[in-house]
Amino acid sequence: MPKEHRLILKHIDAEGYTRDIKCYMKNGGYKTLEKVLKSRGKKEGDKKYSPQEWLRQEVLASGLRGRGGAGFSCGLKWSFVDRRSGKPIYLICNADESEPGTFKDKQIIYKDPHQLIEGMIISCWANDVNLAYIYIRGEFVEGAQILEEALVEARKKNFLGNKVCGTDFKLDIHVHRGAGAYICGEETGLIESLEGKRAYPRIKPPYFPAVLGLYMCPTIVNNVETLCNVKHIAKMGSAKFAALGTPRNTGTRIVSLSGQIKNPGYYEVEVGHATLGELIFDKNFGGGLLDGHELQAIIPGGSSSKVLRAGEKFKVKKPGPDGKPVETEVDLLDLPYDFDSLMAAGTMSGSGAIIVMDDSTDIVEALANVAEFYAHESCGQCTPCREGSLWMSKALHRLTHGEGRKEDRAYLQRIATNIQGRTICAFGEACAWPVLSFMDKFGDEFEARGEAHEKAKETEVGGFVPHKVAASPDS
Amino acid sequence: MAAKKKANKKTAAEKKAAEKAVAVTEAPAEPPPVEMVKIKVDGKEVEVPKMTKDWEGNPRPTTMLEACEIAGHDVPHYCYHKKLPVAGNCRMCLVEFGMPAMDRATRQPILNEDGTPRIDKMRLPYDPSLPRGAIACATPIAPGMEIYPSSDWTKQMREGILESLLINHPLDCPICDQAGECKLQEYSVEHGQAESQFAEVKVHKPKNVDLGPRINFDAERCVLCTRCIRFTKEIADDDALGIVNRGSYNTISTFPGKKFDNNYTLNTVDICPVGALTSKDFRFQMRVWFLKETKSICTDCGTGCNILVGSREEKIYRFEPRENDAVNSSWMCDSGRLNYKWVGREDRLAQVSGTRFTDRNQLGSWKVAIHEISEILRDAEQGSVAIVGSAKSTNEELYLLSQLAAKTGAITDAVQRLGSGDGFLSCEDKNPNSNGCRLTGFCFTEFGINTSKIEEGIKNGAIKTLIVFREDVTKQGIPVKLLKKLDHLIVSDLLPTKTTEHATYLLPGAAVMEKRGTMVNFKGRLQKFMKAVEAPGDARPEWEFLHELVFNVTGNNGYSTIEGLFNQMATDSKAFKELKWAEIGDTGVEVDI
Repeated sequence: MPKEHRLILKHIDAEGYTRDIKCYMKNGGYKTLEKVLKSRGKKEGDKKYSPQEWLRQEVLASGLRGRGGAGFSCGLKWSFVDRRSGKPIYLICNADESEPGTFKDKQIIYKDPHQLIEGMIISCWANDVNLAYIYIRGEFVEGAQILEEALVEARKKNFLGNKVCGTDFKLDIHVHRGAGAYICGEETGLIESLEGKRAYPRIKPPYFPAVLGLYMCPTIVNNVETLCNVKHIAKMGSAKFAALGTPRNTGTRIVSLSGQIKNPGYYEVEVGHATLGELIFDKNFGGGLLDGHELQAIIPGGSSSKVLRAGEKFKVKKPGPDGKPVETEVDLLDLPYDFDSLMAAGTMSGSGAIIVMDDSTDIVEALANVAEFYAHESCGQCTPCREGSLWMSKALHRLTHGEGRKEDRAYLQRIATNIQGRTICAFGEACAWPVLSFMDKFGDEFEARGEAHEKAKETEVGGFVPHKVAASPDS
Repeated sequence: MAAKKKANKKTAAEKKAAEKAVAVTEAPAEPPPVEMVKIKVDGKEVEVPKMTKDWEGNPRPTTMLEACEIAGHDVPHYCYHKKLPVAGNCRMCLVEFGMPAMDRATRQPILNEDGTPRIDKMRLPYDPSLPRGAIACATPIAPGMEIYPSSDWTKQMREGILESLLINHPLDCPICDQAGECKLQEYSVEHGQAESQFAEVKVHKPKNVDLGPRINFDAERCVLCTRCIRFTKEIADDDALGIVNRGSYNTISTFPGKKFDNNYTLNTVDICPVGALTSKDFRFQMRVWFLKETKSICTDCGTGCNILVGSREEKIYRFEPRENDAVNSSWMCDSGRLNYKWVGREDRLAQVSGTRFTDRNQLGSWKVAIHEISEILRDAEQGSVAIVGSAKSTNEELYLLSQLAAKTGAITDAVQRLGSGDGFLSCEDKNPNSNGCRLTGFCFTEFGINTSKIEEGIKNGAIKTLIVFREDVTKQGIPVKLLKKLDHLIVSDLLPTKTTEHATYLLPGAAVMEKRGTMVNFKGRLQKFMKAVEAPGDARPEWEFLHELVFNVTGNNGYSTIEGLFNQMATDSKAFKELKWAEIGDTGVEVDI
């Protein structure tokens, strides 16, 4: 039976563990930073690495993948940074944790802020960054205060300032609070917001943050959990880190479990060592569904990921005994919770937020709720998402208010298809994919709901169906 | 031959410039060879320059949109405007494209079985593992790229975007001023679907919003392309507009309590692809398809912005800027744009008149007036005539006046008009043709220096005849008392003034929009303008009756058409480099000032 493997959450919730710097340092905090600052470069074959280059190499070798949602290699992201432009390089910690169902970064910020700060200092040092920002979600009012206090403590101890730990390395970190918009979690939207503008995501090309980011300078944007992982990679070395989890899906992940289960909460597991079923049903984790209920659906990676229906089976390619990939059929609950397996199942592990829905959930209401969220949060910059997100939400609102039509299933599918892949940022997919996957997997229920509404209308006096589009007289 | 001749002339001009140690405006060196890239547009191979200029004129990689344009394909777009920074938000220019596939390990192109490079293309419905459709306005081209601006998938994407833009649009074309020049209408016909599946209630947003003193805004018609925001911020340098609210409720707005009021606001009406921003001056006045468009120039200041005059049945309805990168790019100021109403004023001078005619209770006629004035000037003693001309007149008119001056030995002068410039389009010199005044030899240096001499001459009786064109000399220090002392006061103007009241002969002239001619702007650009409307009543273009006078007085002929007159002038005065009327073109020619 898999167990939690607490790396980042090691001290969090431990008895007597507080978030002040004293407690953090008593538990080995900032030791890794001091070690890193004293490190010397490495020579590997013909290649000589400066200490900074070596740490970047370590992060690349560790296989660390971004924990924000896209799961992109952190080392690769760092390697794209334009280091020859002569402009300053900025690092931004994306603490705008807003994906519905996700509450992992909050734990780190509220309960162990110095771990994040240490991870940031190490990352900044590795990337020659002298000024970094923490962009924190507006709703985390207390979190922002906690971080401010932690930064004051770190400055007092010389972990920040003009001479970090007595070396020539110079760094300051500022906290910036968002104003309550989901889109600020998109990295270029975040950068615009940090610059004091409306958080409109930028077009790529040409505005890749690694080249033209904050104030048109090279910029790294990393998630809270990712930056904490950097500290652990620096501490234990890339090989040891990569030994955790599975190949290509290394390290640990904090999973946010929510929905109709006995033990909702956050659990840190080695990536890929627990299946979806284990995470939901094992008593170490979710502890199963509420008594008397059966599983209906799982949203495996935050509300923007594609929904999975109970009983689904997937064809997943796995390396066989001879190393060659073999296609095997996997049941939904046997799907290992890692980046690649969920991708193979046509969805994503996203921000690591598993939302469980049992048979008491009205699936139409559930999607209407998700769609309303995305309609409310669309920044409105580009056409397909601005118009399409509200369009879908309005249609779903009809379906939950007795005004549905049988054709609404195809109608919704068509709207969503016209959004995905045509927008400036990934929000287009975030609002289209839930709709597409619900139609794909629960389409019958939507159709039945619409049909029921139409029938009810017809039996009414007059038989007037207000939303039925009349056939054109020409046709 | 012509090119060679021009090239020779240029070198001669350069030598002259070098001698005078004056900065050479034209680059003498051969332009460096343009690096070309081979791509395919709709399967047809085209070579396009690797780099083109962005909105600020800085080189940057050519975009797919520009490449398609070179290949003869118009890619529809709303937010993209070549004179503004790229926003990429309307998604109308999404196109299907492909790139040669590359083996990641070997960095070698992957070939098809027949040896041609394999092209990786997007797919619909969207597959995240494959390339997606790209916005043509912001995506740079690369060697081997294939663009499909008329493929089925491209069309499908366009249909989707258009449908989205229209679902919340009020579809009020019958009462919308933009109808007829609306991109939403045009693209709907070209790329849209006849029917929408939209079955919801539309989003309602503010209508008839008083955005500023000259701008009215309808948020429901707006497609949120942000052209107006970008223009106002980047070109007009006034960060006055922004977006409020979120998602489908996004609305263009000014800051709370602030008005959208700078001297360039009406340009946002021009660049607004739909009927969201309308001009308070022009709205509800005329359907645009009834308007005749005439190429002209603005005469509000020395810049000489190129314009299109919109007129119908001899009435002017609006001015719009006409693109000329050497002068005004695609913009013009509000004060110049709205300075047309006087043309149709009720009190415009429309009848030949003056004391000569009223005294004898006789209706003025061109025949009598020209005959008598010719006699007066022919018989005038040398030095007994003075001419006050205007830098509002055309080159041709000033040239003819200087002929009269030469024949009669007249002393000449014009009136200086200085105001404040804004460093952008509005120029300090409020005369539109100061340089023309100098180049035609009518005035040489400063304006106004001879006025006191003329005043003195009238006082002591030396000057007996004063000719005044388009100026009110009573405001320039020649009081009415002195005017009454003259034997003959010959005046031509458009509107009544103190001077016209006392004219012996009053000859009604034509406004710029009522005639053809040329002017030289403050930078030395010779520009021509065309006639949009007829002059009122008996009024005639000044050059017409001036050439009759010149013929009668000096015997010189050859000016009976504006073309012939210009060509003659260009031969006579060195400044115009023996140019021909036809060579001036729509955007003008640089002359040495």
